[in-house]
Amino acid sequence: MKEQPNLSYINQLSGGDLAFEAKLISIVKRELPQEVEAYKKSLNDKKFQNAADHVHKLKHKISILGLELSYQLAIDYEEDLLNEDFSKQKEFEEVLQIMMRFVEELK
Amino acid sequence: MNCIIIDDEEMARAIIEQFTLQNNNLTLDAQFSDAIQAIKYLNQHHVDLIFLDIHMPTFSGFDLIQTLKDPPKIILTSSDRNFAIEAFEYDCIVDYLVKPITKERFDKAVNKAIQFKTPPTISKTEDSKEAKKDSENDLYVNMDRRLIKIDIPTIYLIEAKGDYILIKTSGKNYTVHSTLKKIEVKLPDDLFLKIHRSYIINIKKIIDIEDNSVLIEKDVIPVSRSNRPELMKRLNLL
Repeated sequence: MKEQPNLSYINQLSGGDLAFEAKLISIVKRELPQEVEAYKKSLNDKKFQNAADHVHKLKHKISILGLELSYQLAIDYEEDLLNEDFSKQKEFEEVLQIMMRFVEELK
Repeated sequence: MNCIIIDDEEMARAIIEQFTLQNNNLTLDAQFSDAIQAIKYLNQHHVDLIFLDIHMPTFSGFDLIQTLKDPPKIILTSSDRNFAIEAFEYDCIVDYLVKPITKERFDKAVNKAIQFKTPPTISKTEDSKEAKKDSENDLYVNMDRRLIKIDIPTIYLIEAKGDYILIKTSGKNYTVHSTLKKIEVKLPDDLFLKIHRSYIINIKKIIDIEDNSVLIEKDVIPVSRSNRPELMKRLNLL
């Protein structure tokens, strides 16, 4: 089974401050789909440097959602994209899907 | 210490903002998602410390540092460990935080910033005079949200083109949204002269003058009647 996103880092950051926790969740709900969309568009447009930049930005979200193994995958995929190597694309995009589903369900 | 945050990612700004609010040594004055807006702010406000993201679209954190004449203390933030070595090539950089940032690591970086003594940048040594001379030779122009550095002595011609100006240098041409009036005040008087309502030239680059025109590099530029006396005055005539 693939590793699952969690809110441990966000909970730890907020230290029980529910307003701050809600603020971070609302940001990730808004920002993650935008970043995923921008990554996909760059890939479709064959702008691989841009796609790598978007993966770089997504790394922060991946780590915030506690996906430690996927973080390493993103590091490798970011570098691969610069060499137009797409062998990790499918696996990376599965991680994005899992994150998107998790974030959609957050309240 | 008053501080600002520069990061294109809202999540990163929100986290650093929270940490600054929890740290009694810091006052957060502003935050920016865009480096160009931050540079404009820094030109008008004193800031003790910047939390600066390295990886931003079109204008990186390192690009920003290079545009600042007297940079304040800087704590870099990045999702990438690979920039750490480059980071410490800059005297103003106090620490390097890898995202996701923890509160403990953030506070440690701020303590470093409090104790950090920036190497003196103003002295009466020849080195500093040379550095000042170099920086006076630089002109930064805004193109496609980037600040591009132009070495002023390499400019040979500036031409007005509607709402834009065309800056021609020996190596490259730049089309910039500005006016001749605005750029004229940024140029050294001893090198540049307005010879026509649409042209400023570098008088050191003149090849020859014939009737009411000058040849400069490969361009023949008209000289207006009213500007001709001043041009003649500036030439070392035999």
